[in-house]
Amino acid sequence: MRRQRIVEDVSALPTYAFGTTMTTWWGTLGFCVIEGMGFALAIAAYLYLVHVNPQWPLADAPPNHWPGTAVLVILLASLWPNWKAEHDAKEENLPAVRRWLVIMSAIGFVLIAIRFYEFTQLKVRWDQNAYGSATWFLLALHATHIITDLADTVVLTALMFTRHGRGKRFADVEDNAFYWYFVVGSWVPMYLLIYWVPRW
Amino acid sequence: MSDAAVTSGRDLRDTALPDGELHARLSRTWGTGKGLIARLSTVDHKIIGRRYLITAFVFLLLGGALAAAMRIQLARPGNQVLGPDAYNQLFTMHGTTMMFLFAVPVMEAVGVYLVPLMVGTRNIAFPRLNAFSYWTYLFGGIFIWTAFALKVGPDVGWFAYVPLSGPQYGVGKRPDVWAQMITFTEVSALAVAVEIIVTTFKQRAPGMTLDRIPLFVWAMLVTSFAIVFSMPAIVIASTTLILDRLIGTHFYNAAEGGDSLLYQHLFWFFGHPEVYIIFLPATGMVSMIVATFARRPAFGYIPLVLSLIAIGFLSFGLWVHHMFATGLPQLGMSFFTANSMLIAIPNGVQIFCWIATLWGGRPVFRTPLLFVLGFFFIFVIGGLSGIMLASVPIDLQVHDTYFVVAHFHYVLIGGAVFPLLGAVYYWFPKLTGRMMSEAMGRWNFWLAFVGFNLAFFPMHILGLQGMPRRVYTYGPEMGWANLNLLATVGAVILALSFLLFVWNVFSSVRGGAIAGDNPWDAGTLEWATASPPPPQNFDRIPLVTSREPLWAERGAMPVVGGLTVDDRQVLVTTVTDARAELRESSPEPSIWPFLASVALTVLFVGSIFTPWAVVWGAVPVGVALLGWFWPKGDVEDEG
Amino acid sequence: MTGRPHARAALAVLAFAAILGGCQGWQSALDPQGPQARELAWLFWMFLAVLTAIFVAVMIALALALIPRGPPRDDPLAVDPRSERRKNFVVAGLAVATGVTVLVLTGFSYVSQRNLFRVEEEAVIVRVTGHQWWWEVRYEEPDASRTFTTANEIHVPVGKPVKVKLNSADVIHSFWLPNLMGKMDLIPGQENDIRFVAERPGLYRGQCAEFCGLQHARMGLLVVAEEEGAFNRWRDAQIAPAETPTEPERITGQQAFLSRPCVMCHTVRGTGAGGKVAPDLTHIGSRRHLAASTLPMSRGNLAAWIVDPHGIKPGVNMPTIKLDPDDINAIAAYLEGLK
Repeated sequence: MRRQRIVEDVSALPTYAFGTTMTTWWGTLGFCVIEGMGFALAIAAYLYLVHVNPQWPLADAPPNHWPGTAVLVILLASLWPNWKAEHDAKEENLPAVRRWLVIMSAIGFVLIAIRFYEFTQLKVRWDQNAYGSATWFLLALHATHIITDLADTVVLTALMFTRHGRGKRFADVEDNAFYWYFVVGSWVPMYLLIYWVPRW
Repeated sequence: MSDAAVTSGRDLRDTALPDGELHARLSRTWGTGKGLIARLSTVDHKIIGRRYLITAFVFLLLGGALAAAMRIQLARPGNQVLGPDAYNQLFTMHGTTMMFLFAVPVMEAVGVYLVPLMVGTRNIAFPRLNAFSYWTYLFGGIFIWTAFALKVGPDVGWFAYVPLSGPQYGVGKRPDVWAQMITFTEVSALAVAVEIIVTTFKQRAPGMTLDRIPLFVWAMLVTSFAIVFSMPAIVIASTTLILDRLIGTHFYNAAEGGDSLLYQHLFWFFGHPEVYIIFLPATGMVSMIVATFARRPAFGYIPLVLSLIAIGFLSFGLWVHHMFATGLPQLGMSFFTANSMLIAIPNGVQIFCWIATLWGGRPVFRTPLLFVLGFFFIFVIGGLSGIMLASVPIDLQVHDTYFVVAHFHYVLIGGAVFPLLGAVYYWFPKLTGRMMSEAMGRWNFWLAFVGFNLAFFPMHILGLQGMPRRVYTYGPEMGWANLNLLATVGAVILALSFLLFVWNVFSSVRGGAIAGDNPWDAGTLEWATASPPPPQNFDRIPLVTSREPLWAERGAMPVVGGLTVDDRQVLVTTVTDARAELRESSPEPSIWPFLASVALTVLFVGSIFTPWAVVWGAVPVGVALLGWFWPKGDVEDEG
Repeated sequence: MTGRPHARAALAVLAFAAILGGCQGWQSALDPQGPQARELAWLFWMFLAVLTAIFVAVMIALALALIPRGPPRDDPLAVDPRSERRKNFVVAGLAVATGVTVLVLTGFSYVSQRNLFRVEEEAVIVRVTGHQWWWEVRYEEPDASRTFTTANEIHVPVGKPVKVKLNSADVIHSFWLPNLMGKMDLIPGQENDIRFVAERPGLYRGQCAEFCGLQHARMGLLVVAEEEGAFNRWRDAQIAPAETPTEPERITGQQAFLSRPCVMCHTVRGTGAGGKVAPDLTHIGSRRHLAASTLPMSRGNLAAWIVDPHGIKPGVNMPTIKLDPDDINAIAAYLEGLK
């Protein structure tokens, strides 16, 4: 190996930080882009099927939109505690972070309960026709994201109540909050597509 | 935010140690232990990259063996070596293996191995994810080949068009095996793409500004973006296909409002960028090899980078040229003709820049450069026949004929495999510490070059003479016999060249000349460390002052100090100008990525037999992920 | 090294000559027999000429670049800024030239595409439905009584525009007659069409071009282009129901045919056989080939086909039916006589 001369000392640099400084933030962004692309293509496929079928929906009635609307309202409302969790994580305020994470976990469970009910209100089965298939697919795709984020949140909440609840874990809380924004944001187009395109 | 509170006993910094001791201690910190569990737990990008490479080359040989069998069947009209059932499985497995189990993984393998070295960091970003993606790829490959060995290999083509692959016509579990293998390999490819993007963005050595990134790393970066944006399409396509087959959805059932062309759109929205996902890393290899053997910096660094980016973008606007014969609106198709032709411009710019790099110097004709010159000859032919295929009218004649088979083998073997073989000869000394045999290398090249052209050039003519693709036989009255025989002879020669290559690799690993750090006197950072590199890659992180740091700094290397010695730490820098901003801990080895991959395999394979596997299979996956991410309470996990 | 590029150029010329020599023939894109195929062939040759010139130029440039010049490059970073500037201009110029070339080629392609898909009043409309692995051919007339169905063989009048409507009964197939026109897919749930004109009388072979399963390789079809009088006679003969046989062997054959499961799948108009899933056999004896161009038509081949369809075309949907040899010969005789 070649001779070396030290020209810069990085000893004083921190070992963790928040936001774009961390590699994890970029990784999360990368997976959001991948999943966002998946959503976009699923939406494109849905619209393609709308386009090739002279009639839409291929069912007697559009789905009951109330459960979906409830999910939308709760998701939008969850932006506040989510933001608080993110903010308090950056402040490294452990009690506050614990509180907000518990609230976010609870919200997640409520959402999943409503989501299960939502499937029963679509008024079409997935194996009935392409409309049913596409609708179930979109809804299931988004449900998967709520479930995975909830699992992540619950584990993180548990973690914050153990001795690990310090240091770099605060950056993880921030990341988790970041991902939740994506879950909320992706529901808006899905919601319009599932409930309002068939009424249009 | 500072780690001043961290216990001082473990806070030994590299500035405090002499070079020799530093090297030994870092090797201990970053090393992979002995024993089976340790091997399965490793997160060293070099070990994983090497496994990736070897696995991909094994699949190349398997896929090549299938090709040889097909060529034997087609050598004479009415041959009875293979029946239609076997032949259809063979060409499906050949295409699937080459595209999903060889070409994409092998390029990612080279990226996994080289990108961290080239950007001057100690490990890839998200090393455990990297281990996980390798295992997932391996299990996906084993899965589909096991199915093939049990005679349930897919037989619907590597594209698996519906309705042939759908519930009504796709027999047994064959198309399910194909669709689920896709899920395996895409999960793996997407994960690696994110790792490479983040490594390139955030872990470059200080001073490696955007315009000092080696061209191969640029190529891998653009490729990774293409993966991120295109592969979700195939995941959606294969998932909806398997849903149609297993739980009775109707995405592709025309009788229930579905549409079979939707599948083709999704498939080719992935499928065309896929070609560039394979080709772009190869252009990166060419840029590196040409610069080293022309003994000067690559001419036109900025145009080369812009060409890479332009190709990446344009590759998403070409997919319809695979569907010119499906009866789409004429005007729309013309748009895709124009787009497909446009991509010739950045490709042309790359070729011109490489020729300009070689021009007026004293090129060093070693095996890597020979393969690159072979690449020029073959790839230019393939690119030009691609211009023909971009034209709607010409495509209507040659689409789905042997002309297209010839074209894409010129592009993929010429455009990707030749540079890849050159790259193996070029970087083999870095991986193993030994040189490959130059004499065998020359034989290898000429056999490959002659064999390839003999095998594939006649196929252009066969296609024009009306020979469709994917036929297991043809009649003597068709007049295709002689050219087919010639192609088979060429294929045999090509196969010999690969055997010679394998022999060269095996004999050189043990008996090759000792290489030293930088046998080619190349300019980029991977040559700044030992061959093979120690587990920590670099004892101290280099400070980059130029595009070719080793040419610019002939004396003592400028480096940065201050990272911990007894804990794994990587230096994180800013995205654009690569200023050091963080000493981030890098994960220790862990068995959990392996276990997570095993659990995921159970879920994927189980889901072919019952959709409920997705539900109960999620439990072990969840447990494994929990084990993976739950901190062990060590310093590096606490930060 | 300088010798090698010359060898390459020579190779390219040889290859080019091989193409020129190899273009004629049965089922060939470069032996055009109609205006559409000629348009396509012309465009192909034009592209080939331009692109070959480009290839040769690039290879010459590469060869020249490899000639060693100047002193050994001890310091790789020492590059002459003047020659770099010159190279800049050359590369930029070549990039522009590439752009212009592809633009011009795109223009030619577009014009050709317009010519190719120009709609002319068609004289004959044929509906072709793809099946695994044969072609159902239906001549559609405004007068429903003159509409009839046949299989695997399309007759067209010379010099008259023909429109072929395409769809599929099962998977995707592709209709391709290289001597007459490019290809077009047959897609379930969708109707595509393709138009061509055959300029000279003759037989033109085509083949399925989209992979469609086990016997994709043996899904040929034949276009018979004939003068209008002959075409009309053929059409009138096809419209007529099958003749009732008079020879004893053929009478036995007919009885055997009608009393076997053959009738579940095949139609012979004028008899009780009305199956719809397999080729219409009303005038099978008039066709030149059997089983989608798998075998030439003859009594022997008919018998062989009935005895063992899976030996001849493995995977075919026609079942093997146990018959005694006398019946087989009689059925073959009966079918062969269905002119």
